Amino acid sequence: MADEITLEVARYRPGVDTEPVLQSYQVPLREHWAILDGLTYVKDQLDGTLSFRWSCRMGICGSCGMTVNGEPQLTCATFLTDYAPGPIRVEPLRNFPVLRDLVVDIDDFMTKLPKVTPWLVRDVHSPVEEGEYLQTPEELDEYKQFSMCINCMLCYSACPVYSLEPDFLGPAAIALAQRYNLDSRDEGADERRAVLSSPEGIWACTFVGECSAVCPKGVDPAGAIQRYKLTAATQSIKDLLMPRSKR
Amino acid sequence: MSVYQRPIHLFWWLERRSYVVFVLRELSSVFVAWFVVFLLLLVNAISDGAASYQRFLDWSGQWWMVAINVVAMLFVLLHVVTWFGLAPRAMVIKVRGLRVPPRQIVAAHYLAWLVLSGAVAWLVLR
Amino acid sequence: MNHRRSPEPFLWMLFSSGGMVAALMVPILLFLFGLAFPLGLLSAPSHAHLYAVVHNPLTRLVLFGLCVLALFHWAHRFRYTLYDGLQLKRYAVPIVVLCYGGAVVGSVIAAGLLLTV
Repeated sequence: MADEITLEVARYRPGVDTEPVLQSYQVPLREHWAILDGLTYVKDQLDGTLSFRWSCRMGICGSCGMTVNGEPQLTCATFLTDYAPGPIRVEPLRNFPVLRDLVVDIDDFMTKLPKVTPWLVRDVHSPVEEGEYLQTPEELDEYKQFSMCINCMLCYSACPVYSLEPDFLGPAAIALAQRYNLDSRDEGADERRAVLSSPEGIWACTFVGECSAVCPKGVDPAGAIQRYKLTAATQSIKDLLMPRSKR
Repeated sequence: MSVYQRPIHLFWWLERRSYVVFVLRELSSVFVAWFVVFLLLLVNAISDGAASYQRFLDWSGQWWMVAINVVAMLFVLLHVVTWFGLAPRAMVIKVRGLRVPPRQIVAAHYLAWLVLSGAVAWLVLR
Repeated sequence: MNHRRSPEPFLWMLFSSGGMVAALMVPILLFLFGLAFPLGLLSAPSHAHLYAVVHNPLTRLVLFGLCVLALFHWAHRFRYTLYDGLQLKRYAVPIVVLCYGGAVVGSVIAAGLLLTV
């Protein structure tokens, strides 16, 4: 095995460059090094001006998502040896404005997320003295996989609808809405419906399915959206047949 | 501050294999519509009488008609495979409180497909 | 709750019922009449037999349902293919008219043909 591998890293300096250019770095090819370790080596040893985001290095914070050889990946969970003999092209996440080098602006998602009220909504809160809202393991299973989302934005990066239509709420936000809709303790489904079934919500999705394919935590946002389409469509037909009933 | 926005190409779906499959899947609908046209022409020929029906049979035997229908068949089969494959992700079916595994939902779709196809073939060929 | 009145849920219902019906029914019919009979793999049924089958009101009802749903399936998918695949969303109005209008016209023709068998 060669003892080095080439990283072709997208560099973009705001106000200087008009578009990103690839810059090559030779990094040690070590068996237990992730792409993120390679980038850290570049920053520490070769070029301190390289900018990228990371935090936990163990696939839970969702900060280090980048485009590796054209595919959205968590760079802490993708190993150099998987791409040997290289070169490995590392670019910022697609579908987001690039601030600098590998750092993207995710403000759009941050403003969309609260719109789907991603927290438990209760009509009447029971007093704290009465204890927790209990839930059976079966009720937990209903929404558990959707609660695994780490907001890493890989799904937005893989979604062609989001790239074409920036108003689209997007996979993670809708999957998180479903995470609460399917929670037995939650009573906010009606509140979320207006946002989810608006034109910027579920109806823009054409079930490309790439959001689920790239999710590093095994969440199925595409499935969540289709399930909600069925729920919303059934609800609309009920509303039409029984316009006077409250729900 | 200046940010960089990656431009979207007109044929963005050529960038990844899965996007190409997606676009082909969506285009299968054109052949579903073509089938409706073909079916209505057949029904019209049958209702016009035996001579008209024979003309329809001769016309559908032309090489270019067969070629169109071979392509249509491939796209329709792509539709079947993708539609049945995605079905369990859109529907959650429970039997006695237990969630039916996705594989069984897919299998049920193919079973229904076989039974219906058999029934149609029997009705036509009887 | 002030829901925006939108036809999308109904169009999606038509699209998905159409997708299901098309997946279940189209392959066998297309195989028989588009490939097997023209290529001589199977001998084509007599006119009298097919006439009797198509004349049955139940057959006509099923064929009508198949035509309408399959056409709306096409309309919905094709509309989004034009929006996304060719980035033509700015022409949304003519595309909607072409797609769903086409499906409505096709349905009326189907009804006319199937009623007069």
